[in-house]
Amino acid sequence: MYVQTEFDRAFLAERNRQFRAQVARRLDGSLTEEEFKPLRLMNGVYLQLHAYMLRVAIPYGTLDSARMEVLAEIAERWDRGFGHFTTRQNIQYNWPALVDIPDMLDRLADAGLHAVQTSGNTIRNVTADHFAGAAADEIADPRPVAELIRQWSTDHPEFQFLPRKFKIAVTGSPIDRAVTKAHDIGLRMLERGGEAGFEVIVGGGLGRTPMIGEVMRDFLPTEDLLPYLESIVSTYNRLGRRNNKYKARIKITVREEGLESFRARVEERFAELRPGFTGADRGILAQIEAMFAPPALRDADTGTYHSLRAENPAFRAFTDVNVAPHKAPGHGILTVSLKAHGAAPGDATADQMHALARIARVHGHDELRISHEQNVILPHVHLSSLPAVWDGLRAAGLATANVGLASDIIACPGMDYCALATARSIPVAREIATALRGVENEVGNLKIKISGCVNACGHHHVGHIGILGLERSGVETYQITLGGDATENAAIGVRAGPGFSAGEIVPAVERLVAAYLELRRDGDETFIETHRRVGMAPLKTALYGTGELRDAA
Amino acid sequence: MTRPFTPKIVTANDLRNGRVVYLTSDDRWADEFTEAEILTDEADAEMRLVFALGQSRAVVGPYLADVVRTPEGAAPKHFRETFRATGPSFEGVA
Ligand code: HEM
Ligand code: SF4
Repeated sequence: MYVQTEFDRAFLAERNRQFRAQVARRLDGSLTEEEFKPLRLMNGVYLQLHAYMLRVAIPYGTLDSARMEVLAEIAERWDRGFGHFTTRQNIQYNWPALVDIPDMLDRLADAGLHAVQTSGNTIRNVTADHFAGAAADEIADPRPVAELIRQWSTDHPEFQFLPRKFKIAVTGSPIDRAVTKAHDIGLRMLERGGEAGFEVIVGGGLGRTPMIGEVMRDFLPTEDLLPYLESIVSTYNRLGRRNNKYKARIKITVREEGLESFRARVEERFAELRPGFTGADRGILAQIEAMFAPPALRDADTGTYHSLRAENPAFRAFTDVNVAPHKAPGHGILTVSLKAHGAAPGDATADQMHALARIARVHGHDELRISHEQNVILPHVHLSSLPAVWDGLRAAGLATANVGLASDIIACPGMDYCALATARSIPVAREIATALRGVENEVGNLKIKISGCVNACGHHHVGHIGILGLERSGVETYQITLGGDATENAAIGVRAGPGFSAGEIVPAVERLVAAYLELRRDGDETFIETHRRVGMAPLKTALYGTGELRDAA
Repeated sequence: MTRPFTPKIVTANDLRNGRVVYLTSDDRWADEFTEAEILTDEADAEMRLVFALGQSRAVVGPYLADVVRTPEGAAPKHFRETFRATGPSFEGVA
């Protein structure tokens, strides 16, 4: 776990002191809202529909129990007793009073947490594979590199006013759990001739113009990482469009400039910058790596685990669905679902956060992760601890066995909270989860993702079933896209046809799922595989019927 | 001036705590939509908005929102305003 340095502490303390003074000056009228707004946004404070919102970064999704306890305390003391974990590995508090936010930020800073660069045209919270350091399929833990990037990008003097926001994701595994191809820069660790490096993917993004990133460098040695990233961001900073918000992301710059030409400019800049990086960054990386040393895992008997699995079907179902293979024998990676059927995806109460912290401390080497799928991960659990962990989770209402299933839905806050929304997402997610509960085990892997407007915070473009909430003639309308994929086979979903009203959207999804069950070759063929095999037509028929309606689609 | 004017209210968020508020006819910022002053005249509406914009120590982001008349009284025209008036459709975890 990364340990904050004196520099980090001093930086945060100064930043919070400044913001406290700015809030005071806004309240006493010395600052107008026009003057104050950019300042509050720099500190993660948005104005939403019903209240302010505070967005707190969870760098590369990693927390220890002490930090989780502080997140819980913030929810209890200053919010309404819960928080919302987001696809960006952040937590959002939906009800803070402006007057309390300086105190909240100070309390967060005690634990090394902050809201810096969670907004604005900066390099945002760096995200990483939530199974980092634990996955059986991983080459190496990507978090030291993510931390290096965090340090390099935080308060970077040249990159505080980029043409637009900038998001970087890192994975250490060929299995992409970090959606690297839908980020401004995605880094995928590779090994070549015994040397570790990265495939560098540039220009992915969702939003109103979704695009899959393109390979800018097929192999970048780790020692060249920072100068190369600096070259990309600085080239973008120079070329990116500042006159049109909708064309300002690097995905557009790369396409307008042309991949080859953009790459040539980056390489040119790299040749200039590379000599300036004389190895200090590599020294820092080595220090960071030491902080991410794997925990001292146990070698213990797993008999109790296997016997409980044999005798208790509920425990067996829970471990079948929520536990993934760990690199160390006798261990598992446990995903704790924040998607109880009928709940708001990603929401956790303060009590649940305390319970997770406690369980991680006792049974999980004090480590927790937040996934972009809005769940919480206990990355290192010995199988013999799972019965006790399961009991603890059940007591906290956290033992839902649905990870990767139809009810494990990503949903953005939508019009229940978000000022930019065109429709609600949360009620749709709740209703779909409830409606599919009975069939989801039979259905198996299915990713449903919902956004409340074209900004696509709910990743709908990369959902097997994507749902986009819009307004048409004064009512909420939901558009379905099919065939999206967030993995290493990333793909943008294709619109199925006309939208559905709020009353029609859940039955429409149910028809899709029923059609899949009819169409699949066997129980091993997943929804996305069936869709790829049979194409769009039979799914369209399920949605719109045959004949006239179908043709209109 | 034959174009019919859609009645309006002035709404904003409270500066200190962020809650949704409505401008009343006696220049207060009320929590309840039902207390909002209904503006049926375009010039009046503009004037009330200018007044609200001058209240930047009390509120943030004031604007005019359309309302419709219903048998139960005035109601927000757009569902976004309905949600602002009633709060999230679901709060908390389960
Ligand atoms: C509630 C306040 C929020 C606001 C004002 C907001 C605003 C935006 C905007 C304007 C975009 C489009 C950017 C572009 O296309 O250039 C966007 C994209 C995105 N946001 Fe949000 N968002 C909010 C909440 C969230 C939440 C809760 C999440 C995580 C669940 C999130 C994750 C994302 C992601 C993943 C994207 C698409 C990736 C990309 O940047 O291309 N946002 N957001
Ligand atoms: S997708 Fe739209 S509605 Fe959803 S959080 Fe993002 S900006 Fe808000």
